[in-house]
Amino acid sequence: MKKGRTGQSPIGVALIYVLCILLTLLSIFPFWVMLMNATRSTYEIQGHAVALLPSKYLMNNLSILLGKAFNPVRGFMNSMIVSTCATLLAVYFSTLTAYAIVIYDWKLKRAFFTFIMAVMMIPQTVVTIGFYQMIYKVGLTNNFLPLILPSIAASSTVFFMKQYMEPALSKEIIQSARIDGAGEFYTFNRIALPIMKPAIATQGIFCFVNTWNALFMPMVLLTKKEMYTMPIMVSLLRGDIYRTEYGSIYLGLTLTVLPLFIVYFLLSKYIIAGVALGSVKG
Amino acid sequence: MKKKGFSYAKWGYIFAAPFIIAFALFMLYPVIYTLIIGFTDMKGMSPSSVHILDDLFGNFKDVLSDPLFKKSLANTFIMWMLNFIPQIVLALVLAAWFTNERMKLRGKGFFKVVFYMPNIITAATVAMLFYSLFSYPKGPFNDILLSLGVIDTPYNFAVDANAARLTVAFIQFWMWYGYTMIVLISGILGISPDIFEAADIDGANGFQKFIYVTLPNLKTIMLFTLVTSMIGGLQMFDIPKLYLDGGPNDATRTAQIYIYKKAFSGAYMYNSAAAASMIMFLIIAVFAGVIFFMLRDKDEAAMHKQIRQQEKAYKAKLKAQKEGK
Repeated sequence: MKKGRTGQSPIGVALIYVLCILLTLLSIFPFWVMLMNATRSTYEIQGHAVALLPSKYLMNNLSILLGKAFNPVRGFMNSMIVSTCATLLAVYFSTLTAYAIVIYDWKLKRAFFTFIMAVMMIPQTVVTIGFYQMIYKVGLTNNFLPLILPSIAASSTVFFMKQYMEPALSKEIIQSARIDGAGEFYTFNRIALPIMKPAIATQGIFCFVNTWNALFMPMVLLTKKEMYTMPIMVSLLRGDIYRTEYGSIYLGLTLTVLPLFIVYFLLSKYIIAGVALGSVKG
Repeated sequence: MKKKGFSYAKWGYIFAAPFIIAFALFMLYPVIYTLIIGFTDMKGMSPSSVHILDDLFGNFKDVLSDPLFKKSLANTFIMWMLNFIPQIVLALVLAAWFTNERMKLRGKGFFKVVFYMPNIITAATVAMLFYSLFSYPKGPFNDILLSLGVIDTPYNFAVDANAARLTVAFIQFWMWYGYTMIVLISGILGISPDIFEAADIDGANGFQKFIYVTLPNLKTIMLFTLVTSMIGGLQMFDIPKLYLDGGPNDATRTAQIYIYKKAFSGAYMYNSAAAASMIMFLIIAVFAGVIFFMLRDKDEAAMHKQIRQQEKAYKAKLKAQKEGK
């Protein structure tokens, strides 16, 4: 092979590595500073805000952090309840909706699918005020239900499930289940759901992380501190009560990041494959 | 008629019913309700008697003539552009390198994992983290800049309007370029290898292949990226809200923060907030439409036009023949 045809000089490749390493540092650095400063005292942080090694004030920071309004356990539990329920509803009902589109022939099916694609484009902005007023009137503010139930209609998840289901689920299997006398719901739960497991796992991760990270709607609907989810809890760290407790602020942030780090490093392979898959349309 | 006389069609409706009901209740109704509130005088913490305004578009006029709304809208656009342009450029370049078989780059999997990582972290946490990192006078970034000798005295990132906007744009960029890169990589991998092979045979170099093969074939994916980023970007909230709460001097106040503050603080102007969100919806819809139109397949459109013209000519010919007879 001629050298000119490859068009890649060793210097060029070296520069690419340098850029990639710089970007890696850029991704890691903020979190590294956060982790280290979570173990350092305010005095140390004021002296040198960046440290490469941890110090020994972790427990001290923790007691200051927990002594005030920030309640990571409560936030964690609340976020866990909301995210788990919303995720279960989203994946189950999205698979069910996709099943309705893929398996059955009904008159409005095509129109319905086009409609789901259109719904994906609706910005959250236009829903907010009306949704808040509706929830306020039925007295469900400071309740997790308005944060959980809307995930039954998760249009982008339906879209993904439909794309995955079309090649994966053959109509013959469904047909033979019917001949064996299985009911339609039974067939869906016992035959379609297991086949859809990989797609359910991918979409489940994304639904979970998205609900976990959501700030806007919870902030609008939840006003009681004991109902706060993790992202609203984080906003408490900006308040005056932690003004000079830098170490505690970093520790508070660390506690909100830790669960996500664990999830990400266990599942990064699937998450990245999911991002790639979700983008390939049609 | 087939042997089995009954149809399964009703099950299609039954299985789609939960989605339709939830959609109607939690999306359709709120959207219509928001639109209606936009035409009323609904304000105050618990609005009691709500009336449709005599001047139907009064709230819309108020919002559109509000200098703060204009400023918020401008901020949103500026910060979105400042984040999106470098983001798509970097993502494209990285994607081109990572899919170039000849470069044999190592550690691609690792880089993908690391570049995507910020995207999965709660935006609220990221905003607070950068708030701490950029803190003044003693903060990690000031520390580094001082010790590198870039600046002599600590710089207050939170006071200057442009610095604040740039920082917000940077945080958005930092969170999203990895995502965009992965999306574009999967787009490039989806291009048929035959096209690249043909370009190789024609003697195209890496750069030429990128410009003449990769880019045109990425059009659909780029459109997807652009539209989703824009829909998200015009609703930017978490980062600017928690980073500087829209400050300094409303320099990082976005349209979404404007809506939030109108509705849920101060005078609780639900009517103006609803009108503002409808205006945002229109803006997003118009932009999405324009992008779709601009990036539509021109060759395909031209072909359709040609076919239509030929059909017309053919019909005219038929008609002429008929009349001739």
